[in-house]
Amino acid sequence: MTPQTDALPTSFSDTARATPAARVPEARRLFWSIRRELWENRSIYLAPLIVAALIILGFFYSTLRMPTGMLITSTVNDNGVVTHTSHGIDPIMPYTIAAGLIMATTFLVAVFYCLDALYGERRDRSILFWKSLPISDLTTVLSKAAIPLVLLPLLTWAITVVTQSIMLLINVTVFHARGIDTGPLHSGLPLTQNSMMLLYHLVAIHALWYAPIWCWFLMVSAWARRTPLLWATLPPLALGVLEMITTHSGHVFEFLKYRIHGPQVSDVATSGMSMPMSISPAQFLSTPGLWTGLALAAVFLAAAVQLRRYRNPL
Amino acid sequence: MTCIEAHGLHKSYGSSVALNSIDLNVAEGRILGLIGPNGAGKTTLLNAILGLTSFQGSLNVLGRNPWTQRDQLMNDVAFVADVAVLPRWMRVSDAIDYVAGIHPRFDRAKAETFLARTTIKRTSKVRELSKGMVAQLHLALVMSIDAKLLVLDEPTLGLDILFRKQFYDSLLNDYFDHHRTILVTTHQIDEIQYILTDLLFIDRGNLVFGCSMEDFDTRYLELIVNPGQLPAARALKPIQERQTFGRSILLYDRVPREQLAPLGDVRTPSIADVFVAFVGQPNQPAPYSPPPTPTPSSYTGAAQ
Repeated sequence: MTPQTDALPTSFSDTARATPAARVPEARRLFWSIRRELWENRSIYLAPLIVAALIILGFFYSTLRMPTGMLITSTVNDNGVVTHTSHGIDPIMPYTIAAGLIMATTFLVAVFYCLDALYGERRDRSILFWKSLPISDLTTVLSKAAIPLVLLPLLTWAITVVTQSIMLLINVTVFHARGIDTGPLHSGLPLTQNSMMLLYHLVAIHALWYAPIWCWFLMVSAWARRTPLLWATLPPLALGVLEMITTHSGHVFEFLKYRIHGPQVSDVATSGMSMPMSISPAQFLSTPGLWTGLALAAVFLAAAVQLRRYRNPL
Repeated sequence: MTCIEAHGLHKSYGSSVALNSIDLNVAEGRILGLIGPNGAGKTTLLNAILGLTSFQGSLNVLGRNPWTQRDQLMNDVAFVADVAVLPRWMRVSDAIDYVAGIHPRFDRAKAETFLARTTIKRTSKVRELSKGMVAQLHLALVMSIDAKLLVLDEPTLGLDILFRKQFYDSLLNDYFDHHRTILVTTHQIDEIQYILTDLLFIDRGNLVFGCSMEDFDTRYLELIVNPGQLPAARALKPIQERQTFGRSILLYDRVPREQLAPLGDVRTPSIADVFVAFVGQPNQPAPYSPPPTPTPSSYTGAAQ
């Protein structure tokens, strides 16, 4: 088609047709699709932010109100070892609890997000709008999978680090004001190292190890006609019960426990909350369960793409 | 150039046939009205054309197979499924940003111009808009996409008559040019009569009637028979006969006006009248049998 030269274009469409349509790169489509998910599901960032705000408020209040004796009496014994838990609460504990609470929040957000991601759009028929646009099912499903696999772990990490920093700031300020030694806080709270461990835990466990769980939820949400939560959870449990009744063995439950609990290495000493961090990256990457899990995740994702293609709105 | 081309297009769900080996040929630059009762296969046909459902037989839309080449096809096709499908949580400004972000043929300035004519606020969410405003927003988005084929499936369902009229006027005046093809289904047949260039009736999975509006206007006449002249009128082989207020109304295909005039009042029938004649017939094809030979089971659009 030749561009018009003799006269003004009669309409916009004529000019547009004269030039080949600009291509939209796939990365840009993915970016907008993820952005769209955040518009639709604001709880992805609001829920952990609200929890973090509550933690900081609660921590501020309790630090301010707590009698000095309940706080920390740091004593240095003869050997020069600082003990800081003798008279009150472990000063590290609030930080660990804060990280745990934020992590639990985003975990729940991820569960409910995945179960609704490909179900809600069929229920409210908005899938017909999304499908009227040049976005492939693959791009859509990948953008939805990116929320629990990439975005939520990074967001959890960022919010936790900021929360803990603010908590530390409050702690140090209050301690200073009351003339309490802040040394134990610094020694007990290697924030940089902790945050790196947290990031490792989030990426290794919440993203990679749980990948098959997220992708299973996405697949069920693309398939279920109603109650994706029940379809996602009851069949595996029923299978486990059935196995127990018929063969008196517990392989299914064992498998589920393994998938949820993480690659626990029994001979490595574990210490309280830092359970999953007890495994080194090398050990983690050489766990066969990781790779079978990722393969399963890929299968579930591929199924979700196909289901989105074939399933009609509800 | 051909926009939609189907040969033996077939779709069945279990034992029920939704599309019964349809042949269809729609040329570029037409506005085709697809009319049929509920469950006739309209939406199935549209879904096949839009690559939303698999099918048997051959189907080409803008030279592509819509099922296997859907991702490329959707750059050139726009559709409005119905007014309720815009996501309710979406902000008007977000909707524009999003479509502008992902669609290679979206013209943002155009969308802004269309929206400026309405009372829709950029900051509103879709759930806060009235049904008519949602339809306006959807139409503004769709009309700003430089698509070669626009499919509208009951786009004005549940809207009042003012919005419906505005919707189709806007479509005709601001959007349609002779490079684009529009395929529209609706139950309010008579309201879109003036915008159509072609007409297609579908019933129980078969295309039972198809013609261009030029043909329609010249071929079909309705005669309100004077009392006593019914036998003479019947002798001219009407395709349908019905009773209204005690008078017989007979519908004719290709019978000259001069021949009918002495027998009563002659008028041009509405699409609805002809639709009832074709779809409401007692001797219509059974759902599972191929259409009888006299009824056109295939349709080839004009202007090829």
